[in-house]
Amino acid sequence: MSGLVMPAPKADLLARRAEIVAALRQIVPGEGVIDTETEMRPFESDGVTAYRQLPLVVVLPSTTQQVSQVLAYANANGIPVVPRGAGTSLSGGALPLADGILLGMGKFNRILDIDFENRTVVAQPGVTNLGITTAVADHGFYYAPDPSSQIACTIGGNVGENSGGVHCLKYGLTTNNVLGVEMVLITGEIIRLGGKHLDSGGLDLLGVIVGSEGLLGVVTEVTVRILRKPETARAVLLGFPSSEAAGACVAAIIAAGIIPGGMEMMDRMMVHAAEAFLGAGYPLDVEALLIVELDGPEAEVNHLIGRVAEIGNGLGCMTLRASTSEAERVAFWAGRKAAFPAVGRISPDYLCMDGTIPRKALPLVLSRMEEMSVKYGLRCGNVFHAGDGNLHPLICYDANTPGELDKAEAFGADILLLCVEVGGVLTGEHGVGVEKRDLMPSMFNEVDLAHQQRLKCAFDPEALLNPGKVFPVLHRCAELGRMHVSAGKLPFPDIPRF
Amino acid sequence: MSAATAAMSGDRLCPRDEADVAETVRWAASEGRTLDVAGRRSKAALGRAIQTDFTLELAALSGVTLYEPEELVLSARAGTPVAEIAALVAGANQMMAFEPMDFGPLLGQKAGAGTLGGLLACNLAGPRRPSAGAARDHALGIRAVSGRGEVFKAGGRVVKNVTGYDLPRGLAGSHGTFAAFTEITIKVLPRPETVETLLILGLDDAAAAGAMSAAVGSYYDVSGAAHVPGDVAQTLPALAGIGRAVTALRLEGVQPSILHRRGKLEALLRARGELAFLDADASRAFWLAIRDVLPFAASGGGEVGGEVGGEVGGATARAERDARVIWRVSVAPMAGARIGAAVRTVGGRCFYDWAGGLVWIEMPCTEPQASLVRQAVSAAGGGHATLIRAAAPVRAAQEVFQPLDAITGALVRRMKSGFDPAGVLSPGRMYAGM
Ligand SMILES: Cc1cc2nc3c(=O)[nH]c(=O)nc-3n(C[C@H](O)[C@H](O)[C@H](O)COP(=O)(O)OP(=O)(O)OC[C@H]3O[C@@H](n4cnc5c(N)ncnc54)[C@H](O)[C@@H]3O)c2cc1C
Repeated sequence: MSGLVMPAPKADLLARRAEIVAALRQIVPGEGVIDTETEMRPFESDGVTAYRQLPLVVVLPSTTQQVSQVLAYANANGIPVVPRGAGTSLSGGALPLADGILLGMGKFNRILDIDFENRTVVAQPGVTNLGITTAVADHGFYYAPDPSSQIACTIGGNVGENSGGVHCLKYGLTTNNVLGVEMVLITGEIIRLGGKHLDSGGLDLLGVIVGSEGLLGVVTEVTVRILRKPETARAVLLGFPSSEAAGACVAAIIAAGIIPGGMEMMDRMMVHAAEAFLGAGYPLDVEALLIVELDGPEAEVNHLIGRVAEIGNGLGCMTLRASTSEAERVAFWAGRKAAFPAVGRISPDYLCMDGTIPRKALPLVLSRMEEMSVKYGLRCGNVFHAGDGNLHPLICYDANTPGELDKAEAFGADILLLCVEVGGVLTGEHGVGVEKRDLMPSMFNEVDLAHQQRLKCAFDPEALLNPGKVFPVLHRCAELGRMHVSAGKLPFPDIPRF
Repeated sequence: MSAATAAMSGDRLCPRDEADVAETVRWAASEGRTLDVAGRRSKAALGRAIQTDFTLELAALSGVTLYEPEELVLSARAGTPVAEIAALVAGANQMMAFEPMDFGPLLGQKAGAGTLGGLLACNLAGPRRPSAGAARDHALGIRAVSGRGEVFKAGGRVVKNVTGYDLPRGLAGSHGTFAAFTEITIKVLPRPETVETLLILGLDDAAAAGAMSAAVGSYYDVSGAAHVPGDVAQTLPALAGIGRAVTALRLEGVQPSILHRRGKLEALLRARGELAFLDADASRAFWLAIRDVLPFAASGGGEVGGEVGGEVGGATARAERDARVIWRVSVAPMAGARIGAAVRTVGGRCFYDWAGGLVWIEMPCTEPQASLVRQAVSAAGGGHATLIRAAAPVRAAQEVFQPLDAITGALVRRMKSGFDPAGVLSPGRMYAGM
């Protein structure tokens, strides 16, 4: 592991391991408690494989009651708990702790209710993202947020990370598509928020739970809204001689009042990598390639395809192809969807970054990244959710070359700091986890972070849920609760009053 | 004027900028004073009736600070009138897609008086809520002053961001009880080119729910689905001459698409009842009436012009308003009709938005209305009911917001004491003693 510092394991918990395992077996009988090194191995890391740590013990509950009892036990004994879905997090959100319980939610794999009339599905958190769509597809419905990991990642993990996908400009992130949750607090208490209805009628607790990276509670049930699958979807491939021209095209499409179902950009290196990997038929002479997908009623899609083509032509695009069949549309996407494995073929290892920038800053950010690439001596390709400014630079390195991971990490951090510098943010959809934890002060000052942590304190005062994630420094809640007030007069006699 | 006499007169403190807000709150916390957080006081009658030492009026924190149409983003100080923002973005063919309602007409206030801060603090939405979301879904970032008198920010100015807890969303609907927003960044979206509305006439509530479900669940991008029962439809100028219950389905977008979808929807729904249409102008008038609950507007409410913050009309108007209370209920769309049936047993009237899931109720101010409404909600599978308009004593005597269960209530109280340990900000506005 590189320089990452996690909370020091508590010696007394390590010493009490056998007793803790036995107590957990009382709660989750049979194979639900795993304590051998070999069997715990698969849980030692998530999608960020550079960080690994065996947990104290793995627990795989299958009922909300068991989750409640495990958490109450952990709370009573001061044991940290790390919730885990499928472990595909790209920010190290599910990285275990040496003295902590790794709480795997994989056995919560049932869909509990499908309600086409109200357009909702109630699922257990271990159901995969794609599993929800599959369950409703024969009725022509789908669940909109579609992370590329959707075959594997779970809806519970999606709630944890507030995951997105290529369609979220038009259809929103997880948070815009979740209607309710059942959640267990660290005390073992069970709460329900939302349901099949909209909004909360008061404070929007659900709004902070989505994206809370397992730090506020363990989600044991999720209600999502489902949508009718669009009647038609067609994609247009537009190749440009420069990323500036491609960026201008994206801006012009939005300025024309068009919100495409998906709008992705790939740079030259990624176009070539994808083409070499699976021969998607991409033009190789372009500096930037756009995939613009229009979806909806057929008449509308055909109308908008025409407008997008006009805009592209007006801005000097070198290639312009609109899909004329479903097979062709899928082929246009195949290269983009295979971006990660394609890079995997040209480089032994890579880091996937996830900053968001105001779109207009794209040319600046791309040219600065090129300079960084030279400085660090590492290649970097770019795929970009162009509609919403979410960049995914892929930094190529070789873990077997000493020092190269550190260099790649430093390169990645520089990119994210650049995103913040131009008015953007550290993470658009992958979460802070451990990966961006120490960069949080570049976006938030002490007071900002203290307010975020006060929310954490209301849910989990002893910081037992997923400690070491998100917050660079976790202050003691008692310390944060104190308020320093100095008695005095209304300090500005000149403030207007009526 | 000393603080003590100011407290007696319940007067208004009008900070000029964020630093003033922070200083005022710090002072109040140290002196044990309470502040009712307000924009231009257009929604002062919303929530539990409370008494505070001062009103903290943020109207002077006004002005759009950033608007980049091509980035779909706008920032403005919290006291900026929503109407000003709406006009600005309309100039670039954009909109706040969540269609924030204007409470003015309903509460007996001027129209167009609300501010951006109030919009997020009340998590406003409109008929487009099911497809486009509410204020919560469009808030990208905030600057705010918590009850500790500290300025903090959360979120950002880009449309996709998961850095840190989503406090802009979490504080949506907090009615000023956790923090006073000072600046808010929202997402804006292109405005549809045109609009039309398909009507089905004469359906009862249950049949309407079925028709709306079929329409909203179809391919044809219905961006509004409302049902107005016959007794209410008769009072709505936008439906003059129809004289029957109206189930309305809104189609927005480019003309060729609307034509196509209208044809398809007609075929889908023809068997359910007689069909009719509203053109673009009539559609806009109709959906505005639904959004702002004009069928139940207070007499005189919604007038334009004059000073903001005062109520419209005199004692008669108020008495008329107070005789019939307004409830807002959110349940699963197919369950709405059961709420309507329950309130009719006591002489109430209602209409439905959000494909049946949002029920606006007007009913006589007689006991025990809260338990009647809330029992109906829980029997219908759960949701929430808010008492939107009633005389102050009525709003002081019962839960205005959906009561929280014991565990969630304790959680929210812990949050409140983290953000506002001295209980400075609008104490009691949402829940007694908080
Ligand atoms: C190849 C690949 C492609 C990807 N593409 C995308 C993409 O396009 N868009 C995108 O947004 N992400 C993407 N991701 C990232 C990842 O898939 C998502 O973040 C996903 O939501 C994680 O789900 P998971 O089930 O694997 O959760 P995990 O990785 O197991 O956990 C994620 C976080 O959620 C918490 N958590 C998990 N379950 C629960 C629960 N029940 N209760 C409380 N907290 C819980 C964990 O503690 C952790 O903090 C990709 C990942 C990979 C490997």
